[in-house]
Amino acid sequence: MSKSAGAPKVSTLADLFGIAYQIEIDAVERYKMLAEQMETHNNPEMVNVFRDLARAEGIHAEEIRRQAGPIDVVAHALRVGRWSKGESPEEVDLGAAHYMMTPWHALQMALVGEERALAFFTHIVDTAKDPKVKQMAAEFVEEEAEHVNLVHRLLRKYPAPSESWPHDPDPPIAQE
Amino acid sequence: MEELRLTADTQLACKPGDYRSDVKPVWCPGCGDYHVLMAFTRAFAQLGVPPEQIAVISGIGCSSRIPAYTNCYGFHGVHGRSLALAAGLKVTRPDLTVVVASGDGDGYSIGGNHFLHACRRNIDITYVVMDNRVYGMTKGQPSPTTEPDFDTAISPGGTGLSPFHPLVAALASGANFIARCFAGEPNETAAMLVEAIRHPGFSFVEILSPCVTYRPDQKQWKDLVHPAPVAPTNDPAKAARRIMTDDGFNIGILYRGERRPYQPKFAPQSLDPSVLEQEFEI
Repeated sequence: MSKSAGAPKVSTLADLFGIAYQIEIDAVERYKMLAEQMETHNNPEMVNVFRDLARAEGIHAEEIRRQAGPIDVVAHALRVGRWSKGESPEEVDLGAAHYMMTPWHALQMALVGEERALAFFTHIVDTAKDPKVKQMAAEFVEEEAEHVNLVHRLLRKYPAPSESWPHDPDPPIAQE
Repeated sequence: MEELRLTADTQLACKPGDYRSDVKPVWCPGCGDYHVLMAFTRAFAQLGVPPEQIAVISGIGCSSRIPAYTNCYGFHGVHGRSLALAAGLKVTRPDLTVVVASGDGDGYSIGGNHFLHACRRNIDITYVVMDNRVYGMTKGQPSPTTEPDFDTAISPGGTGLSPFHPLVAALASGANFIARCFAGEPNETAAMLVEAIRHPGFSFVEILSPCVTYRPDQKQWKDLVHPAPVAPTNDPAKAARRIMTDDGFNIGILYRGERRPYQPKFAPQSLDPSVLEQEFEI
């Protein structure tokens, strides 16, 4: 199922801000959940990575709230920021998590999310009728493109792990 | 079911996070049950029912940990007995929304007989079974829905047994709503849970929920699931044909019956424990 399927309708500037804000809040929640999983499974490096990602998305959310000015984005996000099918663009795939995953894996997950958000806002730019919505969506496109570039830069810092990354000297084994 | 009607106010009042407890899940990262937990909280938020008016009941197994991860009322009961608990609760407190969480071992093996009779009784509860076709919590033994050739140290060459078909059993036993979901689609699953909870009578929702530790092959499920190609039916004969001939990856409502839910003839005179004790005194 495409992640853009079931996307909420953007008719007004308030809708756009509300949905943009909800996308970031959804990402914060998802990264926090992954950080908790890694904490439970004693992978402290990944706890920090996911907490950093959650913090970054939280900063984006606050920035959107600031840009929205008098619009009550938090209340509006609750009304309009729901995906009826699939998940919101930056909710990374929980099924891709592994208890021995590395920062490279987390960044790959984040990259997919940022690219989906970029595609979502690009679609709004292409289809919006209201010029104010179109203009603001174009700004979000620029921001998401910068996030994609940022993840690519981080991926140069954290190259792909060796093929033995999931090797566990004491793995969970089926009963014998 | 009037109490479950949505209003603009309830939609605004409830967020999925309002239904999460502070207890951190201990499932393996990548487990489908995380998605099911999200689907639960999203469904409850969509319904707008406050946490204190929901009871999440479970038995034993990975899936049955869910009550602890919600802040609704909950009961983590005995292996396979969640439906008996839930039936008693709903009959006594019909005002509560009662949701039962189970797995394929807990629900179809240890609790198999309760399953059949819960369908037959048609009490207004929602039964959610997270099916990963393995006993995950106890290290990977074959369950009633495991494929016959699932080869492990404890079942060399596979069990050779035909898997139990829970949807067929549910239909034959009288379940009033039968659906299948995939855990990897939490919003669609949430919407299905909303439908199941709203539907009067015994609603059975099977959620394909991959076990990434003992059944890594189930990661492919996301490529195998597909929407049911036909609309829901209220005709048991059509539903039977559909369920018996599908590939096990049809996602959607497969049967929506119109049987009246069971309700006791006499409502309890009092919920005061001391009065109840007197009533049952020998």
